[in-house]
Amino acid sequence: MGRLTEAAAAGSGARAAGWAGSPPTLLPLSPTSPGCAATMASSDEDGTNGGASEAGEDREAPGKRRRLGFLATAWLTFYNIAMTAGWLVLAIAMVRFYMEKGTHRGLYKSIQKTLKFFQTFALLEIVHCLIGIVPTSVLVTGVQVSSRIFMVWLITHSIKPIQNEESVVLFLVAWTVTEITRYSFYTFSLLDHLPYFIKWARYNFFIILYPVGVAGELLTIYAALPYVKKTGMFSIRLPNKYNVSFDYYYFLLITMASYIPLFPQLYFHMLRQRRKVLHGEVIVEKDD
Amino acid sequence: WKHVEILDAKTREKLCFLDKVEPHATIAEIKNLFTKTHPQWYPARQSLRLDPKGKSLKDEDVLQKLPVGTTATLYFRDLGAQISWVTVFLTEYAGPLFIYLLFYFRVPFIYGHKYDFTSSRHTVVHLACICHSFHYVKRLLETLFVHRFSHGTMPLRNIFKNCTYYWGFAAWMAYYINHPLYTPPSKWPQTRVLPSWAFPPCETGARHLCGKEICQLGNFSIHMALRDLRPAGSKTRKIPYPTKNPFTWLFLLVSCPNYTYEVGSWIGFAIMTQCLPVALFSLVGFTQMTIWAKGKHRSYLKEFRDYPPLRMPIIPFLL
Repeated sequence: MGRLTEAAAAGSGARAAGWAGSPPTLLPLSPTSPGCAATMASSDEDGTNGGASEAGEDREAPGKRRRLGFLATAWLTFYNIAMTAGWLVLAIAMVRFYMEKGTHRGLYKSIQKTLKFFQTFALLEIVHCLIGIVPTSVLVTGVQVSSRIFMVWLITHSIKPIQNEESVVLFLVAWTVTEITRYSFYTFSLLDHLPYFIKWARYNFFIILYPVGVAGELLTIYAALPYVKKTGMFSIRLPNKYNVSFDYYYFLLITMASYIPLFPQLYFHMLRQRRKVLHGEVIVEKDD
Repeated sequence: WKHVEILDAKTREKLCFLDKVEPHATIAEIKNLFTKTHPQWYPARQSLRLDPKGKSLKDEDVLQKLPVGTTATLYFRDLGAQISWVTVFLTEYAGPLFIYLLFYFRVPFIYGHKYDFTSSRHTVVHLACICHSFHYVKRLLETLFVHRFSHGTMPLRNIFKNCTYYWGFAAWMAYYINHPLYTPPSKWPQTRVLPSWAFPPCETGARHLCGKEICQLGNFSIHMALRDLRPAGSKTRKIPYPTKNPFTWLFLLVSCPNYTYEVGSWIGFAIMTQCLPVALFSLVGFTQMTIWAKGKHRSYLKEFRDYPPLRMPIIPFLL
């Protein structure tokens, strides 16, 4: 899934605490499932799983804005600059490759090291959310980063025959442009000097880039299906002493299907965000 | 006499004005009065607050004791459709019971045609079926005859969430345990956990069965003890203490021994069946129960000044 996490380090608008409307209840067994559709789009409507209300009382409101300490700001600035630079390097490498070779064949192979390095470092974003220096929900960031990691390591890296597909170029371009705008947006926000065109790019590019990226990802997984089925890779068959089986082929099918409910939610969330940030529209908070 | 006006917490629109309310009236009574003008919001759906974004008032709160003048302004929020706890519990527990048996009897379209209605040759599979069914029958009976809920209802959407969780996990576990290619634990002697001298005549599976059933009895004892704390029809809370029943002695060390026993019995089931999905279910359940236990523990500490300091939420001396 595309990387379009809302709420930069600078935080565009405080989110309301999610613990509001839940009645104090006794013991419902209702763990919030990871990747649950409802939690993808807006982080202001999750977190009300009945039984936890007692536990939730003293919890700090997740959207509360806080002044970051010097160390945290310095680290985040460094991190975002480094990531912007990394994706810029990738962009340049991709353009140069295409100028020299005139084909997309071999493009992935030539940039794979840089891509893997910087995309894997995006895992730190989950850590940032976990320790609270970035006010986004861990779940949303976690799903998005892990879907990227999944595309890089478990699809493109592991299935060599699909590395020259056009769809790989499709999502690579979409990711690269998105990440350059996103990380530079964070960087400039942290430095308190956000040029308008970066803000504009951040909230307009996604309209095209997001569907393009998703299409690239889906087409790549689709292209991988026959190879996965033929080789039976990453699959566990019965009988085994743990009495569990796993079929990567069906896993991929389910993954592709999960884009259907998740994509529109994220996309419309970003569109709402766009209206709010660029046109200053006050959007009445959705009630939980 | 007091006046009560009820405003919408979001729009601040005036929904209702109650003239001449008795000062001793409780929030529950005010909710009933409010329902008369707005029948779509039955009392369980209502949340009334003093502050639009503050905490909901309790049903037992008395108007007079609230920090309000002669005209009390209350803010109303709709909690959405509600469903009774008993209904939720019954559906979420009846599902696994039924689903597990479908796999146990190997009804068609699960394992391939040649296995339809065949029976596993491993003893442990039959024992597991007995355990699983017993577990959920126990839960169903407890819901009907033992539990006393402090709250009558929960939001309707919870039933979908809870059923997906319970039914989904039950199907996933049952699929592997009853699979024709199931590998019983006795083939893997190194996995013995309880020493064989402790239960010499039993085969491995049966030994773990004992562990699981002990936990089941413990869990049931705790539920009975908790029930006795709360007189029928009341919402009172008391500190639970050990009774004559030795299973309840765990109350000396933890606040929620019913969860401790529940986790124990699922771990027992996981070891007995040697099935990874069961272990995962135990882990997820443990995580969730730890969250609840911590919440309950904290509210005990807040409510009772003389709460026994030795107690931990769920695991003695640890967590």
